[in-house]
Amino acid sequence: MADLSCRIAGIDSINPFWLASAPPTDKKYNVVRAFQKGWGGVVWKTLGVDPPVVNVTSRYGLHKDFKGATIGINNIELISDRPLDVNLREIEECRREWPDRVIIGSMMAEMDEQAWKELAIRIANSGVHGIELNLGCPHGMCERGMGSAIGQVPEMVEKTTRWVREVVDLPVFTKLTPNITDILVPAEAALAGGAHAVSLINTVNSIVSVDLDAMAPDPMIDGKGTHGGYCGSAVKPIALNMVAEIARNAATRDLEISAIGGINTWRDAAEFIALGASGVQVCTAAMLYGFRIVEDMIAGLSAFMDEKGYKTLDDFRGRAVANTVDWNELNMNFDLKARIDEESCIECGRCHIACEDTSHQAIRIEAKDDGGRRFVVIDDDCVGCNLCMHVCPVDQCIEMEPVANGLPHLTWPDHPKNPAHKAVAESV
Amino acid sequence: MRKKQLSPTHKRDMDIERAFSDLHPPLDAGAAFIEASRCLYCYDAPCINACPTAIDIPTFIHQIRTDNLDGSARTILDANIMGGTCARACPTEILCEGACVLNKGDEKPIRIGALQRRSVDHLMDKVAKNGTHPFQRAPQSGRRLAVIGAGPAGLSFAHRAAMLGHDVTVYEARPKPGGLNEYGLAAYKMVDDFAQKEIDFLLGIGGISIKYGKKLGEDFSLSDLKKQYDGVFIGIGLGGSGTLGIPGEDLDGVEPALSFIEHLRQAKQKSHVKCGRHVVVIGGGNTAIDAAIQSKKLGAETVTLVYRRGDDSMSATAWERDLARLNDVQIRTWARPSSIGGDQKADHIMFERTKIIDGRLQGTGETYRLTADLILKAIGQKMLPLGLGDLQIKNGRIVVDDQYQTSMPGIYAGGDCIQSGDDLTVQAVQDGKLAALAIDQALTRNDAQPPVAAHSGKGGA
Repeated sequence: MADLSCRIAGIDSINPFWLASAPPTDKKYNVVRAFQKGWGGVVWKTLGVDPPVVNVTSRYGLHKDFKGATIGINNIELISDRPLDVNLREIEECRREWPDRVIIGSMMAEMDEQAWKELAIRIANSGVHGIELNLGCPHGMCERGMGSAIGQVPEMVEKTTRWVREVVDLPVFTKLTPNITDILVPAEAALAGGAHAVSLINTVNSIVSVDLDAMAPDPMIDGKGTHGGYCGSAVKPIALNMVAEIARNAATRDLEISAIGGINTWRDAAEFIALGASGVQVCTAAMLYGFRIVEDMIAGLSAFMDEKGYKTLDDFRGRAVANTVDWNELNMNFDLKARIDEESCIECGRCHIACEDTSHQAIRIEAKDDGGRRFVVIDDDCVGCNLCMHVCPVDQCIEMEPVANGLPHLTWPDHPKNPAHKAVAESV
Repeated sequence: MRKKQLSPTHKRDMDIERAFSDLHPPLDAGAAFIEASRCLYCYDAPCINACPTAIDIPTFIHQIRTDNLDGSARTILDANIMGGTCARACPTEILCEGACVLNKGDEKPIRIGALQRRSVDHLMDKVAKNGTHPFQRAPQSGRRLAVIGAGPAGLSFAHRAAMLGHDVTVYEARPKPGGLNEYGLAAYKMVDDFAQKEIDFLLGIGGISIKYGKKLGEDFSLSDLKKQYDGVFIGIGLGGSGTLGIPGEDLDGVEPALSFIEHLRQAKQKSHVKCGRHVVVIGGGNTAIDAAIQSKKLGAETVTLVYRRGDDSMSATAWERDLARLNDVQIRTWARPSSIGGDQKADHIMFERTKIIDGRLQGTGETYRLTADLILKAIGQKMLPLGLGDLQIKNGRIVVDDQYQTSMPGIYAGGDCIQSGDDLTVQAVQDGKLAALAIDQALTRNDAQPPVAAHSGKGGA
């Protein structure tokens, strides 16, 4: 059986599955329940300087797909609304009662060196394994000069990271906000400030829906709403890209990554690890289904690793990084054609209408003798875009077949149709 | 507190009423959303082609999914104003649901009928409350049209013609509208007086008046109507029941299955309808099944359905046959009635076994006897030609061209009295709709509008 233990920023964890700093890690009661189910660690809900914040009701809005499944949640809950003392005492108790589980203390404060330092020391004294700097919360706290208000300014990212590094002798995780243009800028700032790892992504700024009766955004608080932090499956693609950017950037490639963003299953976790993450943090999936989901995350990841022959997470960690390249490095001579299996086709016509209306008019309908219809790919018009395969409701009915055209690997910079290349060729 | 004791009769009556409750309870909002979400939203979907009225099924289901129930109902009713009855009574297993592509993928087809009912019932309830009909009439054309028969074909015609701006007068022989929707469908498919509710809804468009107790050939003639109106539509259905032509057919206790169903539908209390202890139903169609199941529900000890050919030749669908068997109806095949016996009142019926000899169905001479005090004939309906005069008739049905026009110019026909497709409500609705469009085009041809083929291509007579 595969070994799921991992080490991130020098911290050993029995598995890579941690709960992110969020409502599920608000207090000892929840954390103990999570540990009982098998979570390897938790990042305690963000602690601030007393007096504690006060929250509003309601706090969550849901984004659902066509079939009614939740694809994302947006929340406007603030950081821990319990006194710091209470939180720290519970952290100490959890550390004592669950010695093999990781507890990271998440914190935020205004841009005041003394505030950051004093809070960091108090949290460190509770026995946490490390400290995470919440520089990402995009609602409420940023209006008070905290959270993403700091995370969006590289100099402040560097400063806060350094302040904490200067006073505590623990691994420091700088948690980044995705509400910026280029994730490499804050990542490099965190590195410059001395971060051992970065945690990303925090939630995405969002309005999840508008109540058309009340004419106000959801969630609604006495007739008004505000923008909140978007999380869940829908943000996974954004998170994967940002993690990959950091992992394949020369300056940041050695920075350890605790990946966050829409991780619902073992497969999601494996994808982040393949892009270089050392561990993952989960929140939304647990909020929707409870802590029990970690059981399948553990079993599924373990089965996947056994199947592939990976003995440890390091055996496949970062394996997809080298294959994540710039567009300019793609082979332009690679060619695919759609192949529709008539046997398994149920004749729904989805491939045809997708191609006909929105792509390349490369799937023709022919009448069959039995009164049914046959969908035929016109190879000359098929550009191999994959759309038909993706909309087909039948598993493996449409497959994309590589064309053996015998052409060499050719990238855009070398392509004869590239005007820049032509100019260079002419100038030679 | 003492619990009130039910008398045995009262309890039996309540059991019977309960047995006639809705065959398929309606889907609630949540169940409808989940079912709608299974739909693949096919392009040029086979279910549309399988529907005689060509309802845009993927679109109306998509509209359930997007919480646009009003729009969903409009999509249905635009193609089929009796979408509510069709949702309840259509043999969907051989129409839309039978064509659903999910059948090919070894999945259960979408419950199209149940979803259709959800949308239409929603809008009908809403209209019943606020009184706003969902379709508007075109500006008054000044034309007056007559309809003979307030069944599905006639009412569908009337609604469409009214929508196109014409004024319509419907002549109905009976005291109530609805035709087979009111008199001929099983009670458990049409609970809560649905047929009349649907007609109230349909008439809400305005411009339609119905004259009851007016019978063609007795109270008025075709030529009367032709003189008084700009066009006439005949939707008289098949008013006569087939006869067996065997000894004893005149005995008490022998009646057409449709009369039995009609009594049930019109009865204030089902338990008051007279039923036999041993019921024999003759025939293999859905009417035979409806009559057999309802006899059982009324408390008959044995109900036997006898059909002259094999199971596969029955026009009742496999689903209907299973429903009968589930309701403890015994189905016997390959036998035809030879005589009915009894002293004034039938007490038994003799059957002769049949088989195919030289490609023809023939009796084998071997007979058997069934005890029976109620014998229901469901051997098909015949058109009563009373009052049709010189109209061309072929194979017992009125001949029409591809525009639903009969051999007499200006007189149109549709529904079961023509040979357009299966004898189903949904086909009658389509005939009425298309005939109204055809008559409208003929009337406005002066406006230099190019004629458009109105017929669905399902083949007129």
